[in-house]
Amino acid sequence: MDIKVLGTGCANCKNTIALIDQVAKARGVSVTLEKVEELRAIMGYGVMSTPGVVINGKVVHAGGVPSRDKIEQWLTATA
Amino acid sequence: MLYVSWCRTRVAWLALYQALAPASEALVATLPVDRASHLGGALQFFFYDTPKVLMLLTGVVFVMGMINSYFTPERTRALLAGRTEGVANVMAASLGIVTPFCSCSAVPLFIGFVQAGVPLGVTFSFLISAPMVNEVALTLLFGMFGWKVALLYMGLGLSVAILAGWTIGRLKMEAYLEDWVRDMPKTSAQFEDAGVTLADRVQGGFAAVREIVGKVWPYILGGIALGALIHGYVPEDFMVSFMGKDAWWSVPLAVIIGVPMYTNAAGVIPIVQALLAKGAALGTVLAFMMSVIALSLPEMIILRKVLKIRLIATFVAVVATGILLVGFVFNAVL
Repeated sequence: MDIKVLGTGCANCKNTIALIDQVAKARGVSVTLEKVEELRAIMGYGVMSTPGVVINGKVVHAGGVPSRDKIEQWLTATA
Repeated sequence: MLYVSWCRTRVAWLALYQALAPASEALVATLPVDRASHLGGALQFFFYDTPKVLMLLTGVVFVMGMINSYFTPERTRALLAGRTEGVANVMAASLGIVTPFCSCSAVPLFIGFVQAGVPLGVTFSFLISAPMVNEVALTLLFGMFGWKVALLYMGLGLSVAILAGWTIGRLKMEAYLEDWVRDMPKTSAQFEDAGVTLADRVQGGFAAVREIVGKVWPYILGGIALGALIHGYVPEDFMVSFMGKDAWWSVPLAVIIGVPMYTNAAGVIPIVQALLAKGAALGTVLAFMMSVIALSLPEMIILRKVLKIRLIATFVAVVATGILLVGFVFNAVL
């Protein structure tokens, strides 16, 4: 599964990456996590509030750290 | 299930809030301090004010966390897109209060607004109001200085945001956006409701409390402790000579000092508390607070990625002028 986290490097973006990584490891789902920090690239996804989360090319979340439940849903839905 | 726990929480909140004053008296009574002494008074103030302000903040942040879920940036943008200036500036500034906003999202938000056809001046009205006039600032001002100060801050903050945005719109500075921002394809401001349930909103409220109250409580504690401490040890009119009403230059000075300082609304509260308690004029203090929150060097550095220097300079000049006016008018009227 290909997961991108969009954000200009604020604390919430780092927390989001750490949380996704943690949940994926706990569930044994293999993911490729990537940080997208370039503004132009972020805007290309049409996201206005960061951090945003993109899974397999689709924006699934924007604005704030996603909840653990939400991340687990994403990981099970697409695994 | 979530709804039931929310109702229980609310009842417990009210009961606890009622019990604060007697509880703080009882607590001080158990200490080996004379209640009538200065120290006793300070302790009672601290033990009453700290939980009071924290509880108020928790309550307000929770409710705002729920309200926020109705005003996503996407919906706000759809409300503002394509409107003409004037009324839209007022709307943008007001929406700035209720739309969730994190300073790290300022730039994506800025581009997203402009891209969807929100006029530049209207975008600025939103961008000025959102961090400055927010629920944390208003609740803290209300809890520590009363509703008059809180309302004044809100009214003046909105005025600065509306007028500054309107002025920037009049100046027609669209050419001073960075080229790549202007060249970005226009997007539509269409907005689809993701089907948020009440349970989601309640959850949003709890999440907001965890995040915001968890972050700002040390500042509040610091502010109240400072307020209690300096009460006796610094002369009452210590600040009057250089930050009182008669010192006209104190307002511009407060604004200039405020720019390089960068902190959120909660972080300035201890300073505001100390200044007001010692005789600084209210207009000067509010101007300082607005300058710290609305104008900051780090924010300008981030904005530089999307705005050319000339537009940033205009933005700073217009907002600073607005804040100066607020300070002067205030000191003259009160």
